[in-house]
Amino acid sequence: MRELITAPWPWYVAGPLITIIMVLMLLFGRAFGISSTLRTVCSIGGAAKLSDFFRFDWKDTMWNLIFAIGAVLGGFIASNYMMPDQAIDLNPATIESLKAVGIAQPGAEYLPAEIFNFENLLTAKGILFMVVGGFLVGFGTRYAGGCTSGHAISGLSDLQLPSLVATIGFFIGGLIVTHFILPYIL
Amino acid sequence: MNKLKFLLAGVAFGIVLTKAQIISWYRIYEMFRFESFHMYGVIGSAVILGIISIQIIKRFNIKDFEGNPIIILPKQKRYAPALLGGTIFGFGWALTGACPGPIYILVGNGFMAFGIVWLSAVLGTLVYGLVMHKLPQK
Repeated sequence: MRELITAPWPWYVAGPLITIIMVLMLLFGRAFGISSTLRTVCSIGGAAKLSDFFRFDWKDTMWNLIFAIGAVLGGFIASNYMMPDQAIDLNPATIESLKAVGIAQPGAEYLPAEIFNFENLLTAKGILFMVVGGFLVGFGTRYAGGCTSGHAISGLSDLQLPSLVATIGFFIGGLIVTHFILPYIL
Repeated sequence: MNKLKFLLAGVAFGIVLTKAQIISWYRIYEMFRFESFHMYGVIGSAVILGIISIQIIKRFNIKDFEGNPIIILPKQKRYAPALLGGTIFGFGWALTGACPGPIYILVGNGFMAFGIVWLSAVLGTLVYGLVMHKLPQK
């Protein structure tokens, strides 16, 4: 029984649970989507002075930020109490490709330790992966009108054509970086 | 108290994405290399069940917990922004290995460097707000 909690959850457990969370948000009278929290944070910080895009009553969108705070807590709970180890079972081809570019232990932890740490913020590589990467996520998601949760999950579930276009965009961008850029910068 | 339900839904979301390794940079990397079915299974099953759920909600006019009709606003028909913004998002997704939900959840997992990724994402959103009128918006 304990295995059910400690072992990694397969896709056919996670996918339906994500649907349940999305439906639950609809039953709460809200739409599931995380990236709006970034806009809310800008608004709270006074960005309405800079652009009308941030001129709205952020108190109306606080529920979304509370959801995001819950997600932080959920990550804490899961990592501290629900998983004895972080190893990820990767395809040998994936491991090979990463070792070839100098990732020492692919899949040993959730993230490649060589990239995502504070010391790396002083290197071009760290700035590219963390700062530029984060910036592109924040810029792109707002330009597209949503992220994976708002477009790929909620939007596709509602058969929204703009969401399909956005999801295709997510993959165009991801495929370009993974195949043509990562091999040179990892 | 009214807001507690959103907190709890968020906690569930954080647990699911952590336990299913969706927040892992490696899972996104292998997804874009088509070397694992995992992420396609997660997103595919969530969407298929989501389509069924939303059709049920619409056909049977299911109300939310407060008794109000569930209104799902259609996404704006901005196709060029969806494609261009989506592609820019995809660049960032492949670099960080995280979309906005996982950025929060990774911080909860103790990967504090993702606080920097989050700040950068807030900055990206801010800059979008400043330059949006110079970009194609249809």
